[in-house]
Amino acid sequence: MTSYDPRRVRIDTPVLERVINGHPIAYLDSASSSLPPRTVIEAVSRYYELHHANVHRGVFQTANEATEIYEGARAAAARYINAPGGADEIVFTKNTTEAFNLLANSWGVANLRAGDVVLISEMEHHANIVPWFHLRDRVGIEVRFIPVGDDFRLDLSNLESLMRGVKLVSLTGMSNVLGTINPIGDLARVAHEHGALMAVDGAQWVAHGVTDVVAADIDFLAFSGHKMLGPTGIGVFWTRTALLEAMPPFLGGGGMIADVRLDGYVPADGPARFEAGTPPIAEAAGLAAALRYLENLGPAAIVAHERALTADALARLHGEFAGRVRIIGPLDTVDRGGVISLDVEGVHPHDVAQVLDQYGVCVRPGHHCAKPLMRRFGLAATARASFGPYSLTRDTDALIDALGHALTLFS
Amino acid sequence: MANLDDLYRDIILDHYRSPRNRGELPPPARRVEGFNPLCGDELVLYVDVRDGVLVDIKMTGHGCSISQASSSLMSAAVKGRPLDEVHATIESFKTMMGLREASLSEGRPDDDDASDLRSMKEINALAGVVKFPVRIKCATLAWNTLEQALAEPS
Ligand SMILES: Cc1ncc(COP(=O)(O)O)c(C=O)c1O
Repeated sequence: MTSYDPRRVRIDTPVLERVINGHPIAYLDSASSSLPPRTVIEAVSRYYELHHANVHRGVFQTANEATEIYEGARAAAARYINAPGGADEIVFTKNTTEAFNLLANSWGVANLRAGDVVLISEMEHHANIVPWFHLRDRVGIEVRFIPVGDDFRLDLSNLESLMRGVKLVSLTGMSNVLGTINPIGDLARVAHEHGALMAVDGAQWVAHGVTDVVAADIDFLAFSGHKMLGPTGIGVFWTRTALLEAMPPFLGGGGMIADVRLDGYVPADGPARFEAGTPPIAEAAGLAAALRYLENLGPAAIVAHERALTADALARLHGEFAGRVRIIGPLDTVDRGGVISLDVEGVHPHDVAQVLDQYGVCVRPGHHCAKPLMRRFGLAATARASFGPYSLTRDTDALIDALGHALTLFS
Repeated sequence: MANLDDLYRDIILDHYRSPRNRGELPPPARRVEGFNPLCGDELVLYVDVRDGVLVDIKMTGHGCSISQASSSLMSAAVKGRPLDEVHATIESFKTMMGLREASLSEGRPDDDDASDLRSMKEINALAGVVKFPVRIKCATLAWNTLEQALAEPS
């Protein structure tokens, strides 16, 4: 049994004590980055206060402690996503973006040839687009897009023909613009039937879901600590042991080698092969604390809470501003997370966010690193509100109130 | 505390709602594009320069209220002006945005014409933008694009 109460999470989260422009902060930008609870902040500072030393090959006590903390975080991440091979399948990266660059440059370069297809979608974050374009330019692969329908969901009607020549399907689990949650398990099955592998962008999907890589039967997963109450500067790349062992190194340097001679080097085994240089040790300590914290709250309970908040917000936004505020995303909450992109009539997203800031409401204007998706819907930008485990209906109240002010100012 | 009224002055909202000099100019008018990748603002500027005078200016594109109002205000201020005055106006705008050191020698643009004076005064409505540093880029897009257009060989 978990004891999840979002009001408790709120009390645990120092940033939520802020008063912005005379208003209690209404933080609605968790899709960009989430707010760490005290336990995460303390784990980072405790690490620096008591244990800091470089990891691996240390003999003295604090170096051993630092190594234990770092490797312990690997185990925590493995448990959180149910990695079948445990900690040895977890590679720490800087973030989701670096994890995709690792996938493209290591697995991609080793396995993809000119003409091979990587199938992504129109709703991808640039992190899951640009590394494939790099590979297209270097290797000659084809980058193919699953279109997004007018219902803001993947249009899978032509999936069979889209699958021709595909070696990798790489999709976001949950759109950071639309909130749409994609049928990853079904798509993984289709990918495997066609002899392709399945990669998932878990930046939102892991942060706002219950993740089980075995149940979803996927092959690669990328996610970021800072989107799930952890620190910035650490992300995770996961793949099955067999695939990981066959992947060549990407970044070279210290830490990723077994031996270096004048005529070459032998790479290290396991995840260390992909972790060149001093890794994000303090960040790993913070990530482990965040994962523990989320496990205690219960990811399923958080999902249910965020879904209820989303349903309420969608209904109220629609009710209050019908015709003046368009929601760029599904209006129902089936397979939909707590990300609400708004197109406000006559008010540019930049101005929406500016006016909302005056009322302490934090929303993000812009293309959200998904320009192909923006173009698909004829938009340059949206103003996006997104929920986290600490969000309450009072944040929605503040949003609706401030949106009313923005509409009045620009009417 | 920076106040929203400093940013969204009535003149700015007016120029945002009814932008001046919208449209295109046929060649030989110069056509230059400006982008603000941060917010996706796009501007296409057409300027017709003849005998050292900016005879006409028009623009298309989209953006936030600040970028739209700034381009509209700019067009009203520079249209029909000799190039040296246009450059002086650009300089005083950039000084206002804190992008240039104010210099004594600069002086104010000629105020012998009431309507020119009015358009300079209107540009001052943008002064509040400096209190919102992230919005300075929105305000300067049009001016940078104009500078670029004038720098192009004709
Ligand atoms: C769906 C998705 N993918 C990838 C990313 C990139 O994450 P990061 O900036 O942590 O690499 C984000 C974050 O904006 C995201 O929402």
